[in-house]
Amino acid sequence: MKLADIFKNNMRSYGMIVALMFIVLLFSILSDGILLRPLNVTNLILQNSYILVLAIGMVIVIIAGHIDLSVGSVCAFIGAIAAILMIDMQVPTALAVFLCLLLGALIGAWNGLFIAYLKMPSFIVTLAGMLLFRGLTMVVLGGQSKSPYPPEFRLISSGFIPDIPFLGLSSLHVLTLIVGAVLSLLVIFSELKERRTQLKHQFAVLPKGFFIAKLVAMVTVINVFTFVLASYRGIPNILVILFVLIVVFTFVMNKTVIGRHIYATGGNQKAAELSGVKTKRVTFWVFVNMGFLSAMAGLIYAARLNAATPRAGTMFELDAIAAAFIGGASMAGGVGTIVGAVVGGLVMGVMNNGMSLIGISIDWQQAIKGLVLLGAVGFDIYNRNKSK
Amino acid sequence: MSDIILEMKNITKTFPGVKALDNVNIKVQKGEIHALCGENGAGKSTLMKVLSGVYPFGTYDGDILFEGEVCQFKDINESEKKGIVIIHQELALIPELSISENIFLGNEQANKGIINWNNTITKASKLLAKVGLTDEPRTLAMDIGVGKQQLVEIAKALSKEVKLLILDEPTAALNEEDSENLLNLLLEFKKQGMTSIIISHKLNEIEYVADNVTVIRDGQSIETLSLAKGEVTEDRIIKGMVGRDLENRFPPREPQIGETIFEVKNWNVDDPLHAGRKLIKDANFHIKKGEIVGIAGLMGAGRTELAMSIFGKSYGKNITGQIIKDGKEIQINTIKDAIDHGLAYVTEDRKTYGLILIDDIKHNISLTSLEKISKNGFVDKNREILEAEDFRKKMNIRTPSINQKTGNLSGGNQQKVVLSKWILSEPDILILDEPTRGIDVGAKYEIYSVINDLAAQGKAVLVISSELPELLGLSDRIYALSEGRITGEVPREEANQETLMKYMTKTGGN
Repeated sequence: MKLADIFKNNMRSYGMIVALMFIVLLFSILSDGILLRPLNVTNLILQNSYILVLAIGMVIVIIAGHIDLSVGSVCAFIGAIAAILMIDMQVPTALAVFLCLLLGALIGAWNGLFIAYLKMPSFIVTLAGMLLFRGLTMVVLGGQSKSPYPPEFRLISSGFIPDIPFLGLSSLHVLTLIVGAVLSLLVIFSELKERRTQLKHQFAVLPKGFFIAKLVAMVTVINVFTFVLASYRGIPNILVILFVLIVVFTFVMNKTVIGRHIYATGGNQKAAELSGVKTKRVTFWVFVNMGFLSAMAGLIYAARLNAATPRAGTMFELDAIAAAFIGGASMAGGVGTIVGAVVGGLVMGVMNNGMSLIGISIDWQQAIKGLVLLGAVGFDIYNRNKSK
Repeated sequence: MSDIILEMKNITKTFPGVKALDNVNIKVQKGEIHALCGENGAGKSTLMKVLSGVYPFGTYDGDILFEGEVCQFKDINESEKKGIVIIHQELALIPELSISENIFLGNEQANKGIINWNNTITKASKLLAKVGLTDEPRTLAMDIGVGKQQLVEIAKALSKEVKLLILDEPTAALNEEDSENLLNLLLEFKKQGMTSIIISHKLNEIEYVADNVTVIRDGQSIETLSLAKGEVTEDRIIKGMVGRDLENRFPPREPQIGETIFEVKNWNVDDPLHAGRKLIKDANFHIKKGEIVGIAGLMGAGRTELAMSIFGKSYGKNITGQIIKDGKEIQINTIKDAIDHGLAYVTEDRKTYGLILIDDIKHNISLTSLEKISKNGFVDKNREILEAEDFRKKMNIRTPSINQKTGNLSGGNQQKVVLSKWILSEPDILILDEPTRGIDVGAKYEIYSVINDLAAQGKAVLVISSELPELLGLSDRIYALSEGRITGEVPREEANQETLMKYMTKTGGN
């Protein structure tokens, strides 16, 4: 592979990561380094976790050629149900969480039924869902907030993984550092294995120098990140959940039959159908998944806020949709990646946080975010047209 | 001034890579009904688009003389101003608008932008009366039948003070009664002095109305037949339309035909939108191992509908009949069933129905066979690449890499990708719908070779094609389809274009 080709082929996939790095750099300079302080990095993760969970589900919905406007209301509704179960009815936390996730999946099935089998446009079905579940939230809460949740529930959003006790001598969180080291080894191992199979089949691979540089860069980023976290309170519980979600869904979308059927359905539903893909079933399950993840995001948000409120989750759907599009998803369906959506969510999260740190008012933040969305998608489309 | 209303001289029109029209000449006399005949793709519609300004002056060579004047139409409005109005094959009415609104669409009866509804309705009623319709002008277009819709189209043309009316396949969607009605209306207009050009595949209709017939073949005007000389007969027209020599456009093949593998009995299919309107009527056919069977039929005969209704009931309603494979009756209710029973269907329109254009070659090839190349639901990506590479070499798909998006490939290479996809699924029966449409001659030869190879492997291949020479060159046996019925079955030895064309244009009754 030639150097120019490598840049051209990977411009799209790495473009947003480069943009994210640039934004991080910009705001850490503007905020005199506060942005990357251990406390702030931890906060960044906690603040954005629920949007990232939603973005993962949303990008799959968008890849399948649809949209879901109901997720914010579903978050609020699930938060309210969780409060009723745990606070009013004293249901054990684990059971309540399980019931809430199940309810989320059922809500997704409700949306999916109309969209996949009755062929109603997803925009309308989920717009109705947005109104419906916001209304139901207010009904079940009687317009009041409910709090507090049991402490063990709040650990989802405020807890950290435990440290190894007898090593707790230093000021660093040792287990976090160990996780970083283990992850680095895993990355190196899997990349080497992949490269070996590719060479065996005589596929094109990166030149050796680039490959090593890529490995060094990845290992550095992982360990710097875990070091920063370790110097505060270690890895937040929520980061573990996020990590698992990202890995699992990336795997599903890239390496499984169902993932490929989702891409095919969004890319050309008619062609997919005539190739034997059960497109209705695919669409239905994509919405069930979105409902499940909305419930998860709702629980995370409720745990973080430590209250169920009627106005919870307002505008979450738009943040999740924006994250997916900033991350390279296409309105027409068939295009997008999980990692892209997460990076898109982080771009917005870092901008929110950074602008707050340097004292830009919330009104301006909103306006600037709008411009970023417009710019990012515009840039992407410009590039696509150019490459044609 | 002569009595020639229209003369088109040496019209040549080229599209990138293809000469669609090559020195076409046509003369239309004032007050006649002039028919334009030719096979699908011969260039009839292209010629009419040149005439009406859809292809503006400068994009073609040659001259158009209308009423003795040289015309250089820049767009369709200019030709309409001169009185040349074309009614296209697909109805162009807007179903949600009323009859009167449709008639005056783009020509609204308005004063300073404000529509005069009284004027609109009165004028519309008069026009409707001229075409023999008594419907209320405020009826929505979707509430009247296809036959009446076609008449509304004609009323719309009349509203433009038409001198030359061009009708492209006006009866394709009509039943016999409506067709007859429409043809009689044309004869009535002729008496009043109007000139029409009619394009039709239905030769009996042409025999009925036409004064002169110009035959177009392969983009060239072959001859003009005149009623006065007694030349307007079905047989004579067919002779003009075909009669092209078959050189070595087909790879050689030794057919090795085995036992019957697939049989369809008493197959009936209704239109998905109009229940009760039959698209396929009592179709019976069979195909043997190693055999290539052709299906011939004109546009609208029900070829694609037949194929898609068999392929997992993917088209049509109230489908009844039996499908027998290897001597046993099988049930095929979904596309998945069809694929599992060893069927493959290569669609007519590869861009809309065959490929995911935004995805790359390897993903398109593996799509129907994902389960085969995966373990426990996990796709073996290396195997996927190897299979795709294998097909790239075998099928000679010209591309720098299998990671290329299929949308960037040429038609021939796209078709090879679609064929690869279905061959990978290891079918026993392949239905190929227009496998070489829009493909250059070289790629056609390659695709014919692939089809021959498939037959040599003992697979049964059903080829649907509008190009008769292609069917004659490939098939061991050919079924002719007309108006949803199988009207003839011709073995290779007896097959020629005249016989097929006769069966294909057989209408009504049996």
